[in-house]
Amino acid sequence: MFTDDAGKGGIAAGGPGNSAESNRRTGGDLVQLVTPGGERVSHPEFDPWLQDVTDEQLGALYEDMVVIRRIDAEATALQRQGELALWPPLLGQEASQIGSARALRDDDFVFPSYRDNGVAYCRGVNPEDIVKAWRGNALAGWDPYTVNVATQQIIIGAQTLHATGYAMGIQNDGADSVAVAYFGDGATSEGDVNEALVFAASFQAPVVFFCQNNHWAISEPVRLQSHIQIADRAAGFGIPSMRVDGNDVLAVMAATRIAIDRARHGGGPTFIEAVTYRMGPHTTADDPTRYRDANELEDWAAKDPIARLKSLLERKGLLTEDLETAVAAKADAVAKALRAGTINMPEPQPMDIFKHVYSTPNSSLERQQDHYSRYLASFGDPAEAASEEGAR
Amino acid sequence: MIKEFRLPDLGEGLTESEIVAWKVAVGDTVALNQIIAEVETAKAVVELPSPFAGVVAALHEQPGTVVEVGKPIVSFEVEGDDGGPAGSETAGGAGADAPAKREPNLVGYGAVLENSGRPSRRARSFAAPAVAVAAPAPVVEPVAPVVEPVASAPAVAEALPAAPVSAERPRSTPPVRKLAKDLGVDLAAVTGTGEHGLITRDDVRNFVGGGDLPVAPQDLAGVSTQAPAQGERETRTPIKGVRKFTAAAMISSAFTAPHVTEFLTVDVTPTMELLAKLKASRAFAGYKLTPLTIVAKAVLIALRNHPTLNTRWDEATQEIVQYNYVNLGIAAATPRGLTVPNIKDADRMSLLELSTALTELTDTARAGKTAPAELSGGTISITNIGVFGIDAGTPILNPGEAAILALGAVRKMPWEYQDEVALRQVMTLSLSFDHRLVDGEQGSRFLQDLGAILSDPGMALAMV
Repeated sequence: MFTDDAGKGGIAAGGPGNSAESNRRTGGDLVQLVTPGGERVSHPEFDPWLQDVTDEQLGALYEDMVVIRRIDAEATALQRQGELALWPPLLGQEASQIGSARALRDDDFVFPSYRDNGVAYCRGVNPEDIVKAWRGNALAGWDPYTVNVATQQIIIGAQTLHATGYAMGIQNDGADSVAVAYFGDGATSEGDVNEALVFAASFQAPVVFFCQNNHWAISEPVRLQSHIQIADRAAGFGIPSMRVDGNDVLAVMAATRIAIDRARHGGGPTFIEAVTYRMGPHTTADDPTRYRDANELEDWAAKDPIARLKSLLERKGLLTEDLETAVAAKADAVAKALRAGTINMPEPQPMDIFKHVYSTPNSSLERQQDHYSRYLASFGDPAEAASEEGAR
Repeated sequence: MIKEFRLPDLGEGLTESEIVAWKVAVGDTVALNQIIAEVETAKAVVELPSPFAGVVAALHEQPGTVVEVGKPIVSFEVEGDDGGPAGSETAGGAGADAPAKREPNLVGYGAVLENSGRPSRRARSFAAPAVAVAAPAPVVEPVAPVVEPVASAPAVAEALPAAPVSAERPRSTPPVRKLAKDLGVDLAAVTGTGEHGLITRDDVRNFVGGGDLPVAPQDLAGVSTQAPAQGERETRTPIKGVRKFTAAAMISSAFTAPHVTEFLTVDVTPTMELLAKLKASRAFAGYKLTPLTIVAKAVLIALRNHPTLNTRWDEATQEIVQYNYVNLGIAAATPRGLTVPNIKDADRMSLLELSTALTELTDTARAGKTAPAELSGGTISITNIGVFGIDAGTPILNPGEAAILALGAVRKMPWEYQDEVALRQVMTLSLSFDHRLVDGEQGSRFLQDLGAILSDPGMALAMV
């Protein structure tokens, strides 16, 4: 029945001109509401979506961004200190993650990639749970249903299919929540993402495709991957899209609100391209100086998302000493807790591997579990084993 | 208490890393996450942040050493015991002889602690076979995998289209890039002397020592190559790098030296014939000879009788500097913009030497590897606009030089030859000179001599 609905009212009905109907934009100019210098620019289409944002909320967005940058820096340091096996830094993408995550309702469901640690933080994931999988202490750091965030997807773009499927489930339930898939520019070249876009359009599923175009798919620049703007790829699937300044937290928030509202009210999927920049390496095991021009990095440093919001707050007279002190204290506290939580994290036990395989008892698994525990017992005391070896 | 920091696996499965440099010394007080060392892994040079706040008690490894993952590299004196990594306390003397409990080395793999081979299994308790047969140990011969030579591989590689991106960055290693970054050196400007042109530490140091080019090194790579977005009617590119430097040089030259340009069109057929003969000769086999080679030689010969074109106006001392040598500049279009490297003491070179020097100079410039020393100290320049199919121009002087010659394209034209019209190979020479230093007469005579040599190379005999 949903395909019928799409046929009647959806944009699949009659060629590309459909995107011009109503207020749906497709790609188009980059929307920016705050300039790199911190000046608020008015925008007739986007401004109405931000009318309820209070001064206090602006301060909260600032705090969020500072805190997740701090989590990111601390986790990077923890990796260098041998406490984490790997870490994918999000430096530079704070506005994209905070602006979008703060536009969601608690019952909306997020399908993140491995870099969306700021999104996880906003959804209430404990920072030490964010790093748990990167330490190798668990296969996943949290229970998706307590925070409505799926575990971070390592396979590039696979989560867009999960999000689309979840959104189709929302339709079947008759609920009004929305699924949000987070992915990067590189993922848009993956088959999974293209399939997800096809299904989302066909079924007019309530899903938002939130693409952080951070310009680099590891070492592959976006200009090699796509000869058109990433946002314009959505048009080929009949999905309306927006292209926003991903370093402008307000532009990102407004765009996400527009997309979420459309999905919530039966308007189907929307694709958002947040144009941002990965200031750090792909992961801590990467050396971006091998492929990236230092000038490019410098250009983007001038568009820093946190500095930009800070300037806006300053212009509005909101950047009080109290705010700065409180934000710094919060960042310090979160970093400290993250560090302590990480280095004192209990080691996983061998038998833990059987814990989350089935939600109900399974006799076959129980047999394996029994065999494995007896196998482990055959080693006896490890210290004893070592001396036996020494004696030989 | 003393806490040790063991080298972690810094990048997904590495077994060792090299200590590049220590950023702290014994006795230094360090804060948590303060950078204490630079370490090179097989993947990258990374900075190590201190895992503790405390005082450096010992550095266990020297810079330059390759350290196995899991080995202690630094010890700290830390007050109390608040939240150091579990299991990172020093093992003291006990660890040396006691068969240590296998302790995981923080996170990651690759950590090999001694005595940690395969854990031995306890013997099973079923009855042993009655007769123990001393079976010979099975001999396992390693079988080398047979690799079929892939004949088509090179062909495939050649068939691939050339990458559309700009020239590849010169080869170097992470620590060298780090050194260059610290010294503010742009590696694109450094010539590598290592294997396959690899840039070494010494190359970077020599570059810094020998470089006297007044260019901010970072700027060299500054020209943006972004393609215009569809529908964009103008593209704005920040003025930086070579473009900026070139502009400043051109302005200073154009507005300080009063330029005069003269043209002379010459029948260079005899020169082209000479060129063909030389190319065919055994002495020049394997050398690259072009009209530019001959013109360069002709300029050097003509300069002997017209030294005023090889001078410099020294405004500061109010003196005219007469060079008694010629450093011949050659304008080169490089991926990063216009540069004018010069051939030192070109006047003392034979034609063979000159052709070699010219080839090297252009190859180096095109690879973007011209050293600053080659860019400074020129005394007169040549620009070969003929390669673009252009006939003539009014070149602007390379700052500090008195003359520049533009070489036009060699064209077959109807030309007067032995009182008849014949199809001849013709070239236009454009000579700009600084009128403060060179009068019209001197400039004209120089150009005249140059033309005489090119239209009859034998004339050179009369000038040397």
